[in-house]
Amino acid sequence: MFEQGLKIGKLAQPGSLRRAITGIAVAACALLAAAPTAHALPNGKVLAIPAFARKYGLPCSACHTAWPELNNFGQVFRDNGYQLMNDRDSPIWQNPSYFPITLRMTPNWHLENTTNQPVDATPGVSCVPGGTPACVSKTVQMNGFDLSGMDFWTAGTLFKNVSFSLLPSSNATATFHFENAYVRFDNLGHSSWFNLKVGKFELDNLISEKRFLFLSANGGLYQSYHFVPAGDSNNFGIGDNQLGVELAGHSANSYTRYSIAVLSATEGNVGFGNGNTVVNAGRTYDVALNFSQTFAAGSQGYERIGAFAYIGYRPTYAMTALGAPITGEGLGNKPFYRAGFSADLFFLNSKLEFLPLYMHGYDNVYLGTGTQANMPLPVGAHAPSWNSGFIETHYYYTPQLVFIGRYELIRMSQQALSSNPSNQSNIDAYSIGYRWYPIMFSRAGLAFHNEYSITKSIGIIPLSADGVFLPPLAANGKVWSGSLFIGFDFDF
Amino acid sequence: MRTRVEALTLFLGAAGMLLTVGAAPCFGQIDINIHTATGPMESHIGDVTGQSERGKAYYRRSCIGCHGPNGDGNGENALWFDPVLGFAKPRDFTLATFKCRSTPTGTLPTDKDLFEAVTRGFVTTNMPQWRALTEQERADLVAFIKTFSAKWATQKAGTPINIPPEPTANIESILRGRENFQKMQCWKCHGPEGHGDGPSASTLTDSKDNPIRPYNFSSGSRFKCGETNQDLYRIFMTGLDGTPMPSFADVIQPNDAWDLVHFLRTLQPLDTPEAKAWKEWLTTHGKELKPIGAEEAPGGGQ
Repeated sequence: MFEQGLKIGKLAQPGSLRRAITGIAVAACALLAAAPTAHALPNGKVLAIPAFARKYGLPCSACHTAWPELNNFGQVFRDNGYQLMNDRDSPIWQNPSYFPITLRMTPNWHLENTTNQPVDATPGVSCVPGGTPACVSKTVQMNGFDLSGMDFWTAGTLFKNVSFSLLPSSNATATFHFENAYVRFDNLGHSSWFNLKVGKFELDNLISEKRFLFLSANGGLYQSYHFVPAGDSNNFGIGDNQLGVELAGHSANSYTRYSIAVLSATEGNVGFGNGNTVVNAGRTYDVALNFSQTFAAGSQGYERIGAFAYIGYRPTYAMTALGAPITGEGLGNKPFYRAGFSADLFFLNSKLEFLPLYMHGYDNVYLGTGTQANMPLPVGAHAPSWNSGFIETHYYYTPQLVFIGRYELIRMSQQALSSNPSNQSNIDAYSIGYRWYPIMFSRAGLAFHNEYSITKSIGIIPLSADGVFLPPLAANGKVWSGSLFIGFDFDF
Repeated sequence: MRTRVEALTLFLGAAGMLLTVGAAPCFGQIDINIHTATGPMESHIGDVTGQSERGKAYYRRSCIGCHGPNGDGNGENALWFDPVLGFAKPRDFTLATFKCRSTPTGTLPTDKDLFEAVTRGFVTTNMPQWRALTEQERADLVAFIKTFSAKWATQKAGTPINIPPEPTANIESILRGRENFQKMQCWKCHGPEGHGDGPSASTLTDSKDNPIRPYNFSSGSRFKCGETNQDLYRIFMTGLDGTPMPSFADVIQPNDAWDLVHFLRTLQPLDTPEAKAWKEWLTTHGKELKPIGAEEAPGGGQ
């Protein structure tokens, strides 16, 4: 799957202006020319399952506003455990040759351009940020043809009211991990209000990052879902899939939904580690809460509003053996939380969609300053907090053509250290693009995806991971990171 | 330099976007050619008025794969629905013949009938429940479905039949219903025990000559046209047009129909009042029962 944006290997080629322009023009023309014959071409950030379309004979657009984003019918189907509730959901009713597997990948051409990057003044002679030899700030640009990661997804029903999902996902070099893997017991006690899921799964975010319409390195993630301030040791992202158990329920039409999840503090990593190489541990449990309510709005469509909260602890140091941290033996746990509101609003006969979100984030002072809880805090230390939000817009010209745009911002309200510039870690992100689905039926999907995304981050490494993966030389240095992405997103 | 690069990339991205949008209709997929038989139609469900112009978009988004661009049930998926395996072919809207109606056989259903069918879906088929759509969206869909047949422009919907109050579901009513089940030869299709395996079951076809299976009461599923006793009564009296299930409105009296309803409920593996009364009676009178079916038919009927 394209995890968090498109962690695609970039073609390391310092591009001149002429080469960049030529590359863009050639790629755009080639891809446009290829579009009519693109039936054999293929994608991948997230989740859309032609395997279900093949099972039930419904076109993509029955479940998706534009795949992979779900509409309410798709939401009901998912909430029911991938069942239409027609007494034909159990696999015993399927033709034996049916096998629910979906592949998704996106061959693409993209350009990444990142300003204010600390690089060696003399290539090959390593510079020292703030020292000698001094680093210099440069713009780093790369472009070329590339591949996305790949989803290899199977999901469905094991029996009536027992569903599953298994998603081995790879990066562009075919290194796999399990993006999700769970079993779900649906309609417990014959009630849609009780469904139990165990395994690794996406948090029940009203606005899903796993089923959204952006693919580029800068646009292919919600900054709010992965942000932590500079110097923070917490690696939590509300957009990351987590390991645990979830109790969820919904009304028959999914207008009312809730979920309560208890999750290991491992950030979705297996083997009790949390992915943090210094404090590779996590013995506590987090709690995620979601609630949403939908209102019918006549010919406008439906309007869904929701609230969410995630409360957890993360260790600040670990028990060690011979100086090395012991996985799963985290100590000095300190709290953090994320909480906010979001909505999914339709207008103009469901052609125009707005997805607004507001979130407040807080990390304990020890997490925020990266200080062990058994050590004194640095002078001027505070618990960092911030506010973030975005508004995303989709205009569905037809079920096969959607225009997309998003503006997102993150503003620190409390820096972890008094010495930090007040705007350090602030982010502004802009995205615009469209997806065109030249074919759309119940067997497979193909989308031509064109997107331009740009972010401005202050004093931190862009979340897109573009550039040299170092913060700018100045703590209040602005880094502009832009992505132009053109690709064929295919789903079979 | 950086600003120039960004401006140019943005410009070229926008240019590519416009080129694609402009070229898209040439590829023939954007505007699926939907053929209708009438002009714009309306539907009226309570205080909601559906408009076919809006419904067209929902039809194209959700329905076209099975019911097809012409509404004749020949969508791209229809080929794969095998009636022999129990998957009914999609409805042909051009015939304006509908199973689930509150109106007499041979007449058009009311808008509400169609609305409820869309909402409820058809159990054991690929037609899902569309209650996830808003009422307005479903009303719009109903209005659009009507544009596939000229009948909707020239005929009015039938008058809904009257459903009298349901009498008490006691053992006497159940036994009378059992006699009716035998006398009216329901067992020939539905089988002596309601398993859908009567002697005629394998020969049945719908109005388009597709094989069709009688309802299997022992499955315990919802009925195609509802799930309450009133729904079952309505099915007797209106019939399921387009299928071999006739209307009995001219054959039996309302009380007889209610008796039949009460008996049929005993054939379902559900915890209904009828099933409870029937089980209690069977413990003491089971041996008195004559089997259902032809005289020479062995067993059956509990």
